[in-house]
Amino acid sequence: MAEKGWAVLAGLLRANAQEIVNEWVRLQRQDLALRNNLLKAGELEQQCRDFIELLSRALETGGGANVNTSDTWAPVRDFLSGISRSRARQGFSPTETATFVFSLKQPVFDVLRKNVAAEELTDRAWDITTLLDALGLYTTETYQKGREEIIARQQQELLELSTPVVQLWEGVLALPLIGTLDSARTQVVMESLLQTIVDTGSEIAIIDITGVPVVDTLVAQHLLKTVAAARLMGADCIISGIRPQIAQTIVHLGVEINDVITKATLADAFAIALKRAGLAVVRKASAGRAAGAAE
Amino acid sequence: MEQRIPILKMGRFLLVSIQVDMDDRTAMTLQDDLTAQIVKHRARGVLIDISSLDVVDSFIGRMLANTAAMARILDADTVVVGMQPSVAITLVELGLSLKGVRSALNVERGMELLRSIAEGGESEAEPTDADREE
Amino acid sequence: MRIAKSETMSVRAAPEVVGVRHAVRKWAVELGFSLVEQTKIVTAASELARNMVDYGKGGTLTLEGLDDGHRRGLRLIFEDHGPGIPDLAAALRDGFTTGSGMGLGLGGARRLSNEFEIKTAPGEGTRIAITRWRGVS
Repeated sequence: MAEKGWAVLAGLLRANAQEIVNEWVRLQRQDLALRNNLLKAGELEQQCRDFIELLSRALETGGGANVNTSDTWAPVRDFLSGISRSRARQGFSPTETATFVFSLKQPVFDVLRKNVAAEELTDRAWDITTLLDALGLYTTETYQKGREEIIARQQQELLELSTPVVQLWEGVLALPLIGTLDSARTQVVMESLLQTIVDTGSEIAIIDITGVPVVDTLVAQHLLKTVAAARLMGADCIISGIRPQIAQTIVHLGVEINDVITKATLADAFAIALKRAGLAVVRKASAGRAAGAAE
Repeated sequence: MEQRIPILKMGRFLLVSIQVDMDDRTAMTLQDDLTAQIVKHRARGVLIDISSLDVVDSFIGRMLANTAAMARILDADTVVVGMQPSVAITLVELGLSLKGVRSALNVERGMELLRSIAEGGESEAEPTDADREE
Repeated sequence: MRIAKSETMSVRAAPEVVGVRHAVRKWAVELGFSLVEQTKIVTAASELARNMVDYGKGGTLTLEGLDDGHRRGLRLIFEDHGPGIPDLAAALRDGFTTGSGMGLGLGGARRLSNEFEIKTAPGEGTRIAITRWRGVS
């Protein structure tokens, strides 16, 4: 690429900055008709003006090559990353975010047509197109990364929220599992259960899977490993809430579940747990009569 | 480094608390010492506290299982207490079954268990090989 | 993928197995492994170190801190010039043998690791590499 070409572009951008910004903002607002409330008035204008400035400076310094890697273009990349991340957070779609860069093409073409001689026009147009394409793609990529970071963080939060180990009674824990269990989640949950067994000195843990729609081999194995680990530590597990479909799956998978106590409901499991702990629930007859109410 | 792990006598029971990262020699010495002490004191039970161990590999596991087997022959029961969760998870992954070794959450429960077995009344079912096998 | 850090230690006698456990634990902690991840790799290392001493006539352990751009890992390479393992398939099969035989060592170490590589032949020694990545079960 001729150095002169980039310098020409830079010069044109600077000289016509206001005109370009005005048209650019108008086009974006048109495309983002539904999102106007997300961008404060004047904020978009400022972002566009800043970008043109950074773009011009980079073109003047090092030309339009290696936008993804060279240090010259680092300020532009950082700026676009910032825009990408904030748009991702605000809920813009990837296309809407990349529109920031791509909609700049039209206003720049208009300026080129008015200021560049016919024989040079094609080259300059090509230069700016490839440049903005590269930057637009870069924007999309950082957008993606931004979304992935959000999802990873949300997953972590969900994991922490949905691993509740409950103490039903002294020495009796319950772990009601809800939703689909993937390998990672099951592990976190099981480790949490085992740690709670130690912390509370509970000898019985009821793992209730009523709320788990699908139990595949991996999950079944994790459950059994947890039961085995608890036993090694000196506690026993009861698995409750095994629906007929899950029982079928387990048998079909050939998983060995013979020596684990299983109960249909958490209530049944609790009854067993109480019995083993040497506890009993007793109805107090006198209280009912004293209240005078019919049973 | 020669280390000898102390064995305490508590009535008819022996209590061992493993506080150090044992090398093979130390583990074997402990096994021998325990067997000797069971005979010497006609102990009815052995309680091994492993709450300080953050690693139990197959060698140590075998030592525990062998100790329990020898104790059984000498008419004594063995209870291992205080296994850390990550150790338990790793042992299961390793595929190690501590056959013949009962377990309890802590020293207090372990002693209760040993006493109830010694008195002839079991507080829970006898762990058979089927219970311990994967 | 790059090797960020590397260290080699000699493992010739039984007492040194404890040193192996401590070294691996230290590296695992530095790499930010969870407690369970630490325990798994330390236990696997203990198995392999002991095998190397008992059957391989001693050898070396090389610890490598790995970074593949996304995550960090720990690779342990156990190398000896002992007699080699004659029947690898049998050795990898779990046999809870007492006395001679590797029992759960080899298969166990494999189960406890994310990656497992072994190179051995009678008379040619043995090289075993295990890797655990942070955040991978």
